[in-house]
Amino acid sequence: MNEKPDKLIDKKGLRGDGRKADELRPVKLQVGVLPNADGSAYIEHGKNKILAGAFGPREMHPKHLAQADRMVLRCRYHMAPFSVPERKSPAPSRREVELSKVIKESLEPALFLELYPRTGVDVFVEVLQADGGTRCASITAAALAIADAGVPMRDLVVACAAGKVDDTVVVDLYDAEDKLGAADVPVAYMPNLNAVTLLQMDGILSPDEFEKAVNMAMEGCKKIYALQKEALKTKYMVVKEAEE
Amino acid sequence: MSSLITKVRLRQIESLLEKGKRLDGRGLMDTREIKIEQGLIEKAEGSARVLLGKTEVIVGVKIETGEPFPDTPKEGVMTVNAELVPLASPTFEPGPPDESSIELARVVDRGIRESHAVDTEKLCIEEGKKVFVVFVDVYVLNHDGNLIDASAIAAMAALMNTKMPNYEIKDGELKIKQGYTPLPMKSHPITVTIGKIGGKLLVDPWLEEEAVMDSRITFATNEDGNICAIQKGLSGFFTPQQILEASKIALDKAAELRKKLNW
Repeated sequence: MNEKPDKLIDKKGLRGDGRKADELRPVKLQVGVLPNADGSAYIEHGKNKILAGAFGPREMHPKHLAQADRMVLRCRYHMAPFSVPERKSPAPSRREVELSKVIKESLEPALFLELYPRTGVDVFVEVLQADGGTRCASITAAALAIADAGVPMRDLVVACAAGKVDDTVVVDLYDAEDKLGAADVPVAYMPNLNAVTLLQMDGILSPDEFEKAVNMAMEGCKKIYALQKEALKTKYMVVKEAEE
Repeated sequence: MSSLITKVRLRQIESLLEKGKRLDGRGLMDTREIKIEQGLIEKAEGSARVLLGKTEVIVGVKIETGEPFPDTPKEGVMTVNAELVPLASPTFEPGPPDESSIELARVVDRGIRESHAVDTEKLCIEEGKKVFVVFVDVYVLNHDGNLIDASAIAAMAALMNTKMPNYEIKDGELKIKQGYTPLPMKSHPITVTIGKIGGKLLVDPWLEEEAVMDSRITFATNEDGNICAIQKGLSGFFTPQQILEASKIALDKAAELRKKLNW
């Protein structure tokens, strides 16, 4: 059932899906896809398909969770039962609870929390199809949704993973590489501020490989960042044309 | 109210950090004293109590038999759970585990799992059907900061103290025999957490520092000097340079501790 191929990277240095070590999967971003959300975004990152919706700043519910000196950001990362080969129970798993927390913490540094006391912003992320690297794609989409909601931000947050497959450090792992590879290092980054807002790792890496992986992930982030800005601009250009 | 106290404290802590000092008299790179006591719970297959300064954690290991996961039919199962019991801090509340305790459990779990500390292949009884399941339960008894490091060290100490029941298989039936053997281990990861306050990095943050900390980063490292798990936490950020600096600090501190503990 779980037969591990001898090599995940072939003799020409190409990976299972034909990519080079430093090549990203195709990324498609769309902003303003949910009519009822204050801000929203949709990302297709390889085979990952993820929707993010942002609400707020608005009054906190329940009220006792409001903070007198700052805004509260809440995130929910959730995977649809049909997003993975074996049906996933819709109840939040421990993994989803942890990811919700780290996604929230990766977005908070981008927000001016102290300027919006007593309010709350909610970000809901639904993974419709998962193929490795969903936390990164979720962060990329969630940051766009918050920006689309008109919440002022220091910078967009963009995320990308790197890792080790066979003996090579590669960027943007897909599902098989994530499961069978030696290590996975998701990184969220604010390129303009040179700030890493999420960093996790599992697997085994030497300190040199780790440094290389972080740099590679940040390079990947910068490429997706350009697409993110483009997607945000596209939405508002379309509106302008419609008015004319 | 609490935020006002926090702001005053933050200023005090920051001005001390500028001079390379900390509220409790430590230097930036000093960890608190660690005391480990093993085998204090006789009814558990393994146990350990760790005091990291005033932070106190007890870990119990229970072993049962169960089914393996379908994707690893030849391997035993190890799970880590953490309880932030309400008697440990006025901020802990009873009830199902919240995101902090889940994160704590998963970070401890990741360090042990990714370094292959427990030799799960030796925990297989019958491929695809029956394996040993190792339950690692982290119980925080006093919260004085840096629960991750205290829990990770306690979990490892408890696993190293764990005895497996001897068994034999007769006619497909599992029979527990007399006596015990130590739990098979392959590696001994050490976890080091580094906090960031006002751009300064410090190891082993305690409660007062955690209250004002921007962000933290945890590294689990093995005896080969490789990194096997990382978790960044809290609402701040690190620059790439700070991350590399933190990884070096973590490797140094882990090596120091490894020597002291003889792991």
